[in-house]
Amino acid sequence: MTSKNKTTITAKPGKQELFITREFDVPRELVFKAYTDVEIYAQWLGPNGLTTTFEVFEPVSGGKYRFIQKDKEGNQFAFHGVTHEVNFPERIIGTFEFDGLPESGHVVLETTQFEVLSGNRTRITSQSVFQSVSDRDGMIQSGMERGVVEGYERLDEILESLKK
Amino acid sequence: MARTPTTHDPFNAVAEPKRRQVLAVLGTEELSVNEIVERLGWNQPMVSKHLGVLKQVGLVSERRVGRQRLYQVNAEKLKPIFDWVTPFEKIWNERFDRLDQVLEDMKRKEKQNDIKK
Repeated sequence: MTSKNKTTITAKPGKQELFITREFDVPRELVFKAYTDVEIYAQWLGPNGLTTTFEVFEPVSGGKYRFIQKDKEGNQFAFHGVTHEVNFPERIIGTFEFDGLPESGHVVLETTQFEVLSGNRTRITSQSVFQSVSDRDGMIQSGMERGVVEGYERLDEILESLKK
Repeated sequence: MARTPTTHDPFNAVAEPKRRQVLAVLGTEELSVNEIVERLGWNQPMVSKHLGVLKQVGLVSERRVGRQRLYQVNAEKLKPIFDWVTPFEKIWNERFDRLDQVLEDMKRKEKQNDIKK
């Protein structure tokens, strides 16, 4: 099922930041809870086909988190960060780092704002600030590689169906 | 993975800020090297160098009019560069579509709890 609410990603050339915006058809407190309740958060974090397990999750100012994602082949990807601020129900600020990079220290600073819209709706705007333009572009490009992989998977399916 | 040379990959070609400036000056116009030199205030060899790379990757096309060469942006080639966030956007779309479903569940549970009270 695809929602009518579309995600917008803004990444201007040569900048170290990107913005993610999305609206939801539920009140702000509920969206905020989905970000700060560990069981609920693990349900939607994704990506598709990967399971998410939180080793640590402290959604309070000064807290920290670490989670591991596993794919069907048993590959593991770990991520961690510190929670700088949890300001219910308006704002969450924290850091994010993928442990699988060749060198550590490529930290992203993420600020997510939860905004009340009319009709019991909510808009979230998330700003990610990277340490360099190439860090940011690398993150976006990792999505591109995944997109390509998914494209090949679909091609596999099409080829399979042609065999029959 | 080895990096593709600048002269083959439009993505690498626009990674250089000066070349993005050349594209921005051209915009939707067709200009000669001298006109670009005037507008950017750079020297002519520098403009020609960057124009050359943009031409090689196909982002800029060249047309001869008499003794002049005129340059314009090849919009069709530029489009994939603006579309490059699309797969990344797709990952986030999938993630938030899952969140939509989770939120629907949460809303239903809240309502049930209200009735119980």
